Amino acid sequence: MTPQTADNAIVSVRDLQVGFQTTDRRAVVKAVDGVSFDVRRGETFGIIGESGSGKTTIGRALVFLLKPSGGAILHNGVDPLAMPRQQFQNHRRDYQIIFQDPNAALNPRMTILSSVLEPLELARAGSKAERLQRAHEAMDRVGLPLDLGERYPHQLSGGQKQRVVIARALTLRPKMIVCDEVVAALDMSIRGDVLNLFAELQRDLGLTYVFITHDLAVVSHISERIAVMYLGRFVELGPTEKVSEHPLHPYTRALLSAEPRPLPSTMRGNNRIVLQGEIPSPIDPPSGCRFRTRCQYAQAVCAEKTPDWRELMPDHWVACHFAHRPNFSPN
Amino acid sequence: MATAQPAQRGSEAVAGGPQALMSVRGLGIRFKTSLGVWQATRKIDFDIAPGERVGIVGESGCGKTITGLSILRLLPNNLAGLDGSIHFDGTDLASCSTREMRAIRGRRIAMIFQEPMSALDPVFTVGHQIAETLRVHTNVTREEARERTLEMLRRVGIASPERRIDDYPHQLSGGMRQRVMIAASLICGPQLLIADEPTTALDVTVQAQILELLRDLSETSNTALMLITHDLGVVAETCTRMITMYAGEVIEDAAVDDALVRPLHPYTSGLLRSLPHLSPRHGKLPSIPGRVPSIMDMPNGCRFKARCAHAVAGCEKEQALLDAGNGRKVRCWRFRELELPGALQHAATSPIAAMVASP
Repeated sequence: MTPQTADNAIVSVRDLQVGFQTTDRRAVVKAVDGVSFDVRRGETFGIIGESGSGKTTIGRALVFLLKPSGGAILHNGVDPLAMPRQQFQNHRRDYQIIFQDPNAALNPRMTILSSVLEPLELARAGSKAERLQRAHEAMDRVGLPLDLGERYPHQLSGGQKQRVVIARALTLRPKMIVCDEVVAALDMSIRGDVLNLFAELQRDLGLTYVFITHDLAVVSHISERIAVMYLGRFVELGPTEKVSEHPLHPYTRALLSAEPRPLPSTMRGNNRIVLQGEIPSPIDPPSGCRFRTRCQYAQAVCAEKTPDWRELMPDHWVACHFAHRPNFSPN
Repeated sequence: MATAQPAQRGSEAVAGGPQALMSVRGLGIRFKTSLGVWQATRKIDFDIAPGERVGIVGESGCGKTITGLSILRLLPNNLAGLDGSIHFDGTDLASCSTREMRAIRGRRIAMIFQEPMSALDPVFTVGHQIAETLRVHTNVTREEARERTLEMLRRVGIASPERRIDDYPHQLSGGMRQRVMIAASLICGPQLLIADEPTTALDVTVQAQILELLRDLSETSNTALMLITHDLGVVAETCTRMITMYAGEVIEDAAVDDALVRPLHPYTSGLLRSLPHLSPRHGKLPSIPGRVPSIMDMPNGCRFKARCAHAVAGCEKEQALLDAGNGRKVRCWRFRELELPGALQHAATSPIAAMVASP
């Protein structure tokens, strides 16, 4: 397991488990099943995985929108669930979350300004004039003209709406923001703008991000470290360059090779690994290594033994019986 | 497992002329709204040759989906008018009778959509729904229809089709449902398959399977494919030709490799530049400033000029889709003097270069 909470960890997750009961109450879906990691202060921590891998569940648990059914999540070394209610309420303002669809996140009957003001009002932060001041600062910060404050969500473009949601998350000056598929609903030409804004805010405000997405290109552009998730567990975690250029886990390799590349045929190479089948049901996951049913290297041991979570190379973790250190070339 | 080497593509993939399967000329679609009549698309010109795989690319609202729907005349009730012509193998789909259209729709031109769960009927088995297409269009017996459905399910890569044929849609995974949709669309052996974002709702590993399937089926049965998508990577992997749309117009039409290596329209180049695949890691992503003009307030002349770094006096004049040689067309009067960067220039310094180089 990962070493004791490092000093620079803003979030420490230890053996996290989140289960959901099925509607007929006969089974428990273990959406997250034994995940441990630290998010370091000031970094962007990317979590990538396919639908049903549990990445969104982790994101929600990190800000306590979901209660863990096992393990612990520490914020700055402290367990927020042990706090008295009022202290917990105040504490969670430091840990915000932004979702994929700004249309669902914004109330269509509230003006943009009142949406941005709402968190400040709930927090009873300062006087009315100060709250207005802070809301205007946040809008200015994300590049929204102040006169948009009088408008309603339907009068804004998709990119502008996502900026409103970001501004609203910033008003309470959080330390960390979980970003769950925040650019997935945006058009390509606007995506870049919003990703640039995230990078700029991080630089200026010292924010920490947990960036959850299914889009490899996005996550490897913005993150310092990437975790690859499959069926409720991490299969690989390491620095972005290492994970995307020298992946250790067969699933990471397949995921990278499946990404359609906007390149001419001569440059695309011919190294695609097409996985058979789809992700199995988390109600009854395969024994041992959960990826073994789709893995071309699977052996008998993969069904019998759950692979250890090993630090195969400095800061580069993997859960596979057969992963080995690649031969390094200088470049 | 590696895929087969993609078919050689390049400048020879020139369509048009007498051998085209479908010729769209001057297609325009207008809608009635409470605020007046809106022109959703206009002056759409393109050809698709038999067996050719063409990608229609653009951002939301550019008119790519409505262009696909207009070919099958699946247009909403507030349609105000359809201009131009869609010549498909001797019939003008824009003006033919409803009866003629019905004989073509599903039999000679089929369509699949983004979300297979909403396209499939939850109360009928998948086998019933695939065979329905066949029973409507041909005089086959029940047994024959079932036999051919089984054969089709096998062709789209569904394991043990004898077991799956009597399943209901909810019993299948997302990828399998999309395979069922493909089976239903191809069972009558259409000459053209229109696929509107067929893999957008699927995971990336399943997307790779479905794209490979579409490419293989199109090649083996010589079915032309019109793939509508916002994803340039999907087009690069699947198609031979790429038609880029912007604000209701076709702005570029070229072989995929040509368009990626040396785009002729500033918008196509801008789209390529804004992809995170092609930018240096952690650097600032280039983006196209501004936004698509509103359908209610389209500028005169070039519709991209307000966002274009190369706009000069003259761009406010009406722009024609110009012939750029080698079967390429572009709606930019400055295309000869502009040297616009493509995917290669960007890719050299980006993470994707390392991915391509690594074994």
